[in-house]
Amino acid sequence: MQLRTLTPQRIYILIGYAVAATALFCAPLYLNDFRLNLLAKFLAFAIVALGLDLIWGYTGILSLGHGVFFGLGAYAMAMYLKLEASGGRLPDFMEWSGLSSLPLFWKPFESFGFAVAAGLLIPALLALFLGYFTFRNRIKGVYFTILTQALVIITTTLFIGQQAFTGGTNGLTGFSTLFGTSLAGTGMKHTLYYVTAALLIVAFVLCRVIVKSRFGKVLRAVRDGENRARFIGYNPAVYQMVVFSISGALAGLAGMLFVLHVGIISPSMMGIVPSIEMVLWVAIGGRGTLVGAALGAILMNSAKSVFSENYPDAWLFFLGLLFVIVVVFLPKGLVGLFSRITFRKRKESEEHDGAAAISHPAVRAGNG
Amino acid sequence: MRKRVWSSVLLLVLSLSLILAGCGSNNGGTAPASGGAETASGGSNSGSSGDGSEIKVGILHSLSGTMAISEKSVHDAELMAIEEINAKGGVLGKKLVPVIEDGASDWPTFAEKARKLISEDKVATVFGGWTSASRKAMLPVFEEMNGLLWYPVQYEGLESSPNIFYTGATTNQQIVPAVTWLLENRGKKFYLLGSDYVFPRTANKIIKEQLKAEGGELAGEEYTPLGHTDYSTIISKIQQADPDVVFNTLNGDSNVAFFKQLKDAGITAQDMTTLSVSVAEEEIRGIGADVLEGHLAAWNYYQTTDTPENKTFVENYKAKYGADRVTADPIEAGYTAVYLWAAAVEKAGSTDVAAVKEAAKGLEWNAPEGKVTIDGENQHIYKPVRIGEVQADGQFKELWSTGEEVKPDPYLKGYDWAASLSSGG
Repeated sequence: MQLRTLTPQRIYILIGYAVAATALFCAPLYLNDFRLNLLAKFLAFAIVALGLDLIWGYTGILSLGHGVFFGLGAYAMAMYLKLEASGGRLPDFMEWSGLSSLPLFWKPFESFGFAVAAGLLIPALLALFLGYFTFRNRIKGVYFTILTQALVIITTTLFIGQQAFTGGTNGLTGFSTLFGTSLAGTGMKHTLYYVTAALLIVAFVLCRVIVKSRFGKVLRAVRDGENRARFIGYNPAVYQMVVFSISGALAGLAGMLFVLHVGIISPSMMGIVPSIEMVLWVAIGGRGTLVGAALGAILMNSAKSVFSENYPDAWLFFLGLLFVIVVVFLPKGLVGLFSRITFRKRKESEEHDGAAAISHPAVRAGNG
Repeated sequence: MRKRVWSSVLLLVLSLSLILAGCGSNNGGTAPASGGAETASGGSNSGSSGDGSEIKVGILHSLSGTMAISEKSVHDAELMAIEEINAKGGVLGKKLVPVIEDGASDWPTFAEKARKLISEDKVATVFGGWTSASRKAMLPVFEEMNGLLWYPVQYEGLESSPNIFYTGATTNQQIVPAVTWLLENRGKKFYLLGSDYVFPRTANKIIKEQLKAEGGELAGEEYTPLGHTDYSTIISKIQQADPDVVFNTLNGDSNVAFFKQLKDAGITAQDMTTLSVSVAEEEIRGIGADVLEGHLAAWNYYQTTDTPENKTFVENYKAKYGADRVTADPIEAGYTAVYLWAAAVEKAGSTDVAAVKEAAKGLEWNAPEGKVTIDGENQHIYKPVRIGEVQADGQFKELWSTGEEVKPDPYLKGYDWAASLSSGG
């Protein structure tokens, strides 16, 4: 990886990127509106997966609470859309929940700029806040993971309970326009798709820059030996907080895009199951590789859609089988499989039994 | 050597699954779908639903997740209605072909599948939904794409979408008459207990207004999260408040826990009246008739409802799905929805949404619950209201009924005390 020479493998990777970018760019040509909308949703999920990979794959922090950050971003955008759809009147759910005027904290969401800023900053700040109290106190591993689960339960309970302010279990839905243009139009759908694809690429590049930088090296050092990194003079807590917060913001960004594509956000989308699903995308795609995380999110969600459409009675079994296969046989995910194959071919031509060395990848499951 | 075999097997499995996934998406890309006809229903290749010898209709309920236990029965009843209609020659001489999707108890999934049914399968109509949240999630999709949804469950009212027909009760066909009846027959002091989501909260707001207007008294109000199972604290609170009536809007598993613990606390139906609006025959099977005996419920239909249509309906349902199965209000409403739609299509001579809506106005049909009529204005249906008492065999005995059908009034415009609730219009 560190070599800058153009090995055949490198060329393949570059070609892969080019193909992926072209496929994304041309998607509206070969997908109808419905499929394009689904793809756009999956691309938004890929952004969460990138953020998760940043903390889990590269820093060794397993968060089972990313649904919350995703949800907060989604709610910020949904509040803006709901206010726009209500056209100056009180949103419908507030009316039947007994509010007579718009709550103060809803007011700023009339501005699109504020909504976007809130959708990025609120998750980032919440992550920073949580990180400050955990990483600084050297709470890590499974204890941190449990805390993130607690965060999920607290947040969903709060959102369900405060029906007058959040729409309760129904969540927020019934949006009509964005900037006065109908969300339903083909033009709008294409625009939103391209915005999402572009943001995914931006997020990807951002994550790649982070990972390749000195900062990224420290992250990996913290993952592989937190105490060593500390003795060398780095403060792991600071690095963990910053990367956790970036990861939260990426989830928030994905949430905002999700609402634009799907048209609904409810507390169930930020619950425990979606939070775990997000981690599964990363695990299945390939933890510790950005491409793997993004691909995992897109492929797993495509598989879910396709299985459930074709086998409405049994799709969960197929999906479960796929999970089991990957988890048991492919500890490095799909990307691990492909690199293993290409790598083996090369090795085989060099020496007879070289494959054995890499078929036991060090899996740091316990480190998460 | 072994390793190599393993990875080739794996590669094979994975690429197969990916190819499968790819195929599916491609099918979608090149409408109308050409392959993928493995669905139980046998998804067919006919293009849009007006032509050909078939009409596709969507069935969209949760077949997995927490709501599956309730929604599966409605799904079954709808399929039965479709089969019956097909046996009699179909609609407009064409066979109905159900396209089944799984809402998976997840609201965004309901929206996604609704969109898929309308845009990919080009179904003429969709029968589906159970929770209010799933309906609210699907509503914008049906309005945006001008589809048609038939929603079969009693709900909290305050809604009337031009693209939805509501075949379950709205509040003035279930909750409001039940409260009036309780005030007249069981006492003035009400304790409101519900699951923490939109239906109970909205229902209780309405009940509180009604109590104020009709001389009732609120003894307490309590919400528990969906799936909550420890009611000992709440039961002692209820005992302290000593109400005449517990109005129960709990949903799902919570009912099992609540009624069992109520019985364990030594409170029987003789000591205190409870009236539930989400406990039907199906739930009694799960909770146990011995636990629920003597408790009340308000619905529009019971399996014991005495009409010739119901006799046939119950017989057919049991014959098809098993003698141990029971029918219940939402099951009947789902069944009725299919027949009402079919009648409207016959009358309109086409499956065009606007034409069907126009033809549906004032349409009458003899449903198992009695004669029902579609209100053209709000697309709800006129239905009779019944209060029933659970018997030892798990069936209801009708204590009271409105006799005639009650006009649906989702915004409670006919009630002065509800003025503050219905400003939404």
